[in-house]
Amino acid sequence: MTFSDQFESRFAEMLSHYPTKRSVLVPTLLYAQDEVGYLSQEVIAELAQRLDLTELEVRNVISYYSMLTTKPRGKYNLQVCTNISCMLRGAEEIFDWCRQRLDIDHKGTTADGLFSLEEVECIGACSWAPAMQVNYDFHENLTVEKMDTILDEYKNRGMQ
Amino acid sequence: MADVNITVDGKKVTAPAGTLLIEACKSVGIEVPSFCYYPGLSLQGACRMCLVKIEKIPKLQTACTTVISEGMTVTTTSDEVRQARKSMVELLLGNHPLDCPVCDAGGECELQDMTFAYGAAESKYMEAKNHKDEQQWSPVVYFDRPRCILCYRCVRVCGEGMDVWALGVQNRGVVSIIAPNKEDHLECEECGMCIDICPVGALTSGAYRYKTRPWEMKHVGTICTHCGDGCKTTLGVRRSDTGMEIVRGDNRDKSGINGDFLCIKGRYAFDFADSAERLNQPLIRKEGRLTPSTWEEAFELVGKHFAEIRDKEGGQAIGVIGSNRTTNEENYLLSKFARVVLKTNNLDHHRTADFPAFVAALTGKLDITASMRDVFNAPAILLIGNNPTDQHPLLGWQIRNNVRLHRARLYVINTLPIKLRRQAANFTQIPAGTEGKVAAFLAGQDSVAEALASESTSRENWIALRDKLRGEQNLIIIFGSEIRGNDIEVLVKFGSAIPGAKFVCLGDYANSRGAADMGLYPDLLPGYHRVADNGKFHREWGGIPTTPGLNLPQMVDAAKAGKLQALYVVGSNPIGRFGIDPFAFSKSFVVVQDMFLTETALMADVVLPAANAYEKSGTFTNTCDDLQLIKKAGEVTDTKTDFEMIVRIADAMGFDVRKLVHFGGGGTRADMGQSRGAQSGEADQHGVWLEAHGLEPKMSPFDPMAILDEIQRLVPGYDVSRMNLLAGNDQHTNLAGSGPSTLHNPELIVPANDGLFSSGTLGRYSRTLNSVIENRHREPAETEVAAD
Ligand code: SF4
Ligand code: SF4
Ligand code: SF4
Ligand code: FES
Ligand code: FES
Repeated sequence: MTFSDQFESRFAEMLSHYPTKRSVLVPTLLYAQDEVGYLSQEVIAELAQRLDLTELEVRNVISYYSMLTTKPRGKYNLQVCTNISCMLRGAEEIFDWCRQRLDIDHKGTTADGLFSLEEVECIGACSWAPAMQVNYDFHENLTVEKMDTILDEYKNRGMQ
Repeated sequence: MADVNITVDGKKVTAPAGTLLIEACKSVGIEVPSFCYYPGLSLQGACRMCLVKIEKIPKLQTACTTVISEGMTVTTTSDEVRQARKSMVELLLGNHPLDCPVCDAGGECELQDMTFAYGAAESKYMEAKNHKDEQQWSPVVYFDRPRCILCYRCVRVCGEGMDVWALGVQNRGVVSIIAPNKEDHLECEECGMCIDICPVGALTSGAYRYKTRPWEMKHVGTICTHCGDGCKTTLGVRRSDTGMEIVRGDNRDKSGINGDFLCIKGRYAFDFADSAERLNQPLIRKEGRLTPSTWEEAFELVGKHFAEIRDKEGGQAIGVIGSNRTTNEENYLLSKFARVVLKTNNLDHHRTADFPAFVAALTGKLDITASMRDVFNAPAILLIGNNPTDQHPLLGWQIRNNVRLHRARLYVINTLPIKLRRQAANFTQIPAGTEGKVAAFLAGQDSVAEALASESTSRENWIALRDKLRGEQNLIIIFGSEIRGNDIEVLVKFGSAIPGAKFVCLGDYANSRGAADMGLYPDLLPGYHRVADNGKFHREWGGIPTTPGLNLPQMVDAAKAGKLQALYVVGSNPIGRFGIDPFAFSKSFVVVQDMFLTETALMADVVLPAANAYEKSGTFTNTCDDLQLIKKAGEVTDTKTDFEMIVRIADAMGFDVRKLVHFGGGGTRADMGQSRGAQSGEADQHGVWLEAHGLEPKMSPFDPMAILDEIQRLVPGYDVSRMNLLAGNDQHTNLAGSGPSTLHNPELIVPANDGLFSSGTLGRYSRTLNSVIENRHREPAETEVAAD
């Protein structure tokens, strides 16, 4: 399978950083996921072959990290933290609100493919709890009203 | 290595530097409980069951990953340690279903044992247990996820031990799970190592699951009937409608040359024994059809015909084909029966290796063959030809794990990129059929270097390889049937110049080596003595024919020409294996002893239902010359051992069987209990005593031990310790010093070419092997038709 030039140059660069090939697996998986949207069977086979690993080994690593997925996700992946600090400041309310507005559950994806939702553990933003991560962007001090605006914004962006 | 002194529970312990604490404790009889630790596999430190207190270290430490150091003071019995163990068991039981009453492992489960020894009666956990249904991963392997305690033994043995890497760990924390390589199923060598190494009942086998309880079986240690490696296997048997049924095979007690290793055949392919197609009645051809008969009728008929033909036409009108899967005693007896009773040297078997040439090349050299154990310990190994992973799984295991655990240097020369190249320090691929040239080059014939040189291996590479090999010490040279005839002598010449070098010649079936050693040849007697030489066998056996007889193809020709009037086939299927015209023997009186109606049996005039090696006693010699005892485990009523049938036929021919089998000699004719039936307690005690002292009573002409006596007396190299043999230990025979034999028709050698999932006739009737083959949607391999 073919990846973008950017992926290839990052991959080549990564290889030079480690003494063994298999060490580049985790960053490479992340790059591939960013590019393809998820880690398809095709991606797994390709990376296993490039890094002299079995497909099983690649799957083992993917399954360990919750940030990696083998199933397609929405364009915007909402990761709502419900760990202790966020929970104390109303995170569960935020999460429930998301479920209702998007009509999906934990790990679900909306029919239009725009959003998926995940309930996650601490994302290191406790000082500004409750917090949520959308792809690589953080949103903090969340309230239900704030969520409305954020989701509208993403929706508009996604429809363009 | 220097010794290190430590103190454990007040006991002084001394062990070599580098020893793990858990092993040091074990050496003085202190048990530290463990789950994930398994000798010979990499350290995991996953289960925390082995926590002990080491003085000056604040937290408890895992004994399985701690290397001892001088002055270490360890406590394994304090309240703190006990409490830690208790908590570990409690955590493990948090998700473990308590289905011991139906679990295969119940009664043999390490978790059960540990809970009994260290666990708590109640649990603080209120949470519901995680449950998942049992999954079938392959015809052989089933996985019951909730029972898994995540010790990772299965993952490691499959990867490190088998070099298959078919199992992995997915997810993390409480939802971690063992996963097969093809997402929802396994594609692997189906060896079952993972199943037997599992401390609990999480991995179970299609062959045994939910069949019986461990304590309801009788366990008999015997030898695998399949390939030539001679793995010890412990068969679990129980009563069935037709005798004794084998329900399980394993080697969990790690006895024998194979430790805990068995391939799929040794572990699961005993099921040919209770195949529905098993013969259990003698058959006689009447009006063209094979018709059931009584044993008496069958033996009388065979005896009458054999005697008549011998008396009228002479012994040369009778041919005999022996087996690679009968015992040494049966092979010896057949060899003797052919010569002494039938008066013929027309005797052959399916040859899979050139043992006569090998023995000839070794003449006069002592201690020159390697045992299966040596292969695990040698510092260097050269492997030419063969593919042990498929054809000699135990040998493959020994080589692989020698490289992994002892860093042996492995040199592989093969026409194919066989799997063992992954362990090789040097792998050289050669064109098909050039193995002989390799031998010549190694022995110093530089002129062939050009012919061997290729793009990947230049002439210089070859020379460098040879120099390396010459620089080795105690090298083991292993070669397949590709090297035969003169090439063996050449290779031995090369090896003999290397200090301490030893050899292994690979033959394919469970007792191929024994068939050769016991003289199933038209020109060789037991111990490779030539029939023409007037030696000890002529003295011992009396007047035997001295002109070499016909080999197998010659017998076929003679039969076609109407000169071979009778053919006696014991445990062999030449028509199926060699593609012989089924009508070649239509003019001959053909008698076949077999378990199944093979292509050969179908053509016979009399078919006698035979017991297989799991149903009899005797000895086998593996391809490394290791002699081992086989013990009767299973039983199918109305079959007889080949041994008994040979004796009965001799008797029916009017021959005095005392001259064939020297039983009851020396006046030991006491009543051993036969006449007293169930009240034979006293006599039984006597029998037990005799057996314990290696003095079997040998009261009957069907006692193979009487022939073993003769073998040990007359076949060079077989005079090993009877005591050790009876105790179940392998005994290396040393045939060097046997009579010289001649260049020996290397063209008659046909390798079995069995793969991991085939095993000649036995494989054809094994449900397990067939289900694996079908499961892969592969056409049954051609090799399924085999001679034995
Ligand atoms: S059966 Fe053997 S090869 Fe297959 S997964 Fe188990 S250990 Fe690995
Ligand atoms: S399946 Fe058995 S051997 Fe494998 S990790 Fe689980 S308990 Fe251990
Ligand atoms: S390696 Fe050979 S002897 Fe051992 S279990 Fe397998 S078939 Fe039997
Ligand atoms: S608990 Fe939510 S970011 Fe730390
Ligand atoms: S045996 Fe030591 S941690 Fe498992």
